[in-house]
Amino acid sequence: MANVQEDMTSQSSSIRKRRNATADFFIRMVKEKPLGTVGLVIVIVLFLAGIFSEVIAPYGYNEIILSDRLDGPSPAHILGCDNLGRDLLSRIIFGARISMIVALAGSSIATVVGFLVGAISGFFGGKYDMVVQRFVDAWMCFPGLVLYLIVMSILGPGLLQVVVVLGVSMGLGGGSRVTRSAVIMIKEDVYFEAARAIGVPTSRILIRHVLPNVLPIMIIGFSTGLGGFILAEASLSFLGFGIPPPVPSWGGMLSGTGRQYMLQAPWMALWPGLALAVVVYGVNMLGDAVRDLFDPRLRGGLGRYGGVTQEKLQKLAEKKMTEAEKLRQTT
Amino acid sequence: MIIPTLFLITILVFLLVRFVPGDVIDMMLAQMSEQSGMGAELTADYLRAAMGLDQPMLKQYARWMGFIPDADVDGVFKGVVQGYLGESLWKNKPVGTELLERLPVSIELGLISMITGWLLAMPIGIYSALRQDTALDYLGRSFAIVMLSVPGFWLATMVIVYPSILWGWTPSLEYIPFIDNPGGNLIQFLLPGFLMGTQMSGSLMRMIRTMVLEVMRQDYIRTAWSKGLAERTVIYRHALKNALMPVVTIAGMMLPMLIAGSVIMEQIFCLPGVGRLTFEALTQRDYPIISGINLVMATTVLLMNLVVDITYAWMDPRVQYR
Repeated sequence: MANVQEDMTSQSSSIRKRRNATADFFIRMVKEKPLGTVGLVIVIVLFLAGIFSEVIAPYGYNEIILSDRLDGPSPAHILGCDNLGRDLLSRIIFGARISMIVALAGSSIATVVGFLVGAISGFFGGKYDMVVQRFVDAWMCFPGLVLYLIVMSILGPGLLQVVVVLGVSMGLGGGSRVTRSAVIMIKEDVYFEAARAIGVPTSRILIRHVLPNVLPIMIIGFSTGLGGFILAEASLSFLGFGIPPPVPSWGGMLSGTGRQYMLQAPWMALWPGLALAVVVYGVNMLGDAVRDLFDPRLRGGLGRYGGVTQEKLQKLAEKKMTEAEKLRQTT
Repeated sequence: MIIPTLFLITILVFLLVRFVPGDVIDMMLAQMSEQSGMGAELTADYLRAAMGLDQPMLKQYARWMGFIPDADVDGVFKGVVQGYLGESLWKNKPVGTELLERLPVSIELGLISMITGWLLAMPIGIYSALRQDTALDYLGRSFAIVMLSVPGFWLATMVIVYPSILWGWTPSLEYIPFIDNPGGNLIQFLLPGFLMGTQMSGSLMRMIRTMVLEVMRQDYIRTAWSKGLAERTVIYRHALKNALMPVVTIAGMMLPMLIAGSVIMEQIFCLPGVGRLTFEALTQRDYPIISGINLVMATTVLLMNLVVDITYAWMDPRVQYR
């Protein structure tokens, strides 16, 4: 029986391999993760707005029309204007660019830093690992936001600083731990020992054997971390330590001088936060879906069909069986 | 294990803060000459020497830690090791007293948010897991996800802006000390505390739900069902007892979240807590205060993690730490 099952799974996975892996991934996403698909759509909209801001936005992000100061939503300014007479819709569209850059660049840096620190620490082990881990321990004891505030006040406000600070400190804290434990698991595997035994150089082992095996974990970390970066940047900008004005950041639009006018023009407070909430929601949903689809432990198990009843599973299994049967007949 | 980490924390705390640009001496001189015209006589070097900032970094660190004698009084070791966090550069006040003055505000805020967070998350999370895939489960999960996505500072801003427009009601943005008016003080803390609590309940709820779900799939639960035990017994005696154990430990991990949340909420609702103190100190380059706050916070988080580990081992006999 075990043999039959193995045979079956290997065959069905060979069917899947014939399709494009990326296309397959998205097809599975749409089929199995409706919320993830909603998230994907939100993220695509965010990226489009971020990339083509100049084309989409009706006004410039710092275009001041004094006669329209504090104007409410109107055909000319769909979302209204702020205290300087700047079109809020345009500022939100340009703000999408900041959020997009921070999320992508920050999460990339975090992934790379997390891999370098975690993989090397786990790979070499021993005293080196000990020292690095104590440092990571100490780093993780600082509450995130307070740490960012201090480092940001050292480096001064700016987009590059925000990305680097968030990326490095999140990579050091969470990311490196996950990679490290994955690498330590890999070290126990036979192929690793084999590579060692035939004298493969360390750098090659890291790139050819360790990297591909932690890649799924890194991709999961990358996608689930995105929302955190957007929120962290917004909080920093809100507190005045993030992206300096006049560049519109969704967090920054809720802070500063604008706060005094929010009672007269409540739409100033409404839209940036709403955009933030919707985007973070979308990114989180997408991240969750990516995690579920990528996690090797959940693949094919109950988790992948989370929420599916026993009967549906039975039907699925039957379907797979008949598929495998057909395949056996044709070959 | 904990000692070297603590040591690293002190080094990090000390170093990080001293990289903050904009010399405190320049700011002080500017302010002094504005106030009394004293700045002319007081040179920068004099001030620097008076505060011990002219010494090499290593010596400053050793002095701050209490490894070498204090600058003012010979032969007296006064530093972190002895429980003295230094003196504020601006206020002529020990950092410890300053912190103690501000801490109650933050603790009150933290307590209120913890209570609301758990009160919200526990019943919804457990119900959501026990009645998986029902309409109410989806509702609870959606609530959790929304809470995870909505930024706290926006929620707080909306709470300040919209009620005042709709009903002309604004939360008071002036701090009421507890001694003057206990009721007013509590009411004032309720709103920010509640906001922080709902924020926290999002992730809490998700964790509780996962834990309960996991336990409900265990063999011993099936055994309990098949023995014919009542639902009440299965859930309270068998499932929840096991499911909530890891959840309790999460309370410790919520601490950094709480601190971050209180920095923002104190800023928005003008509460003079530790979060605001950090802010003021950062803008004034008051190194000892920033170091002190960070040291206290990081140490608390570290100790909390330790306590959580110990509690966990104590509650769950299967877990053993070498």
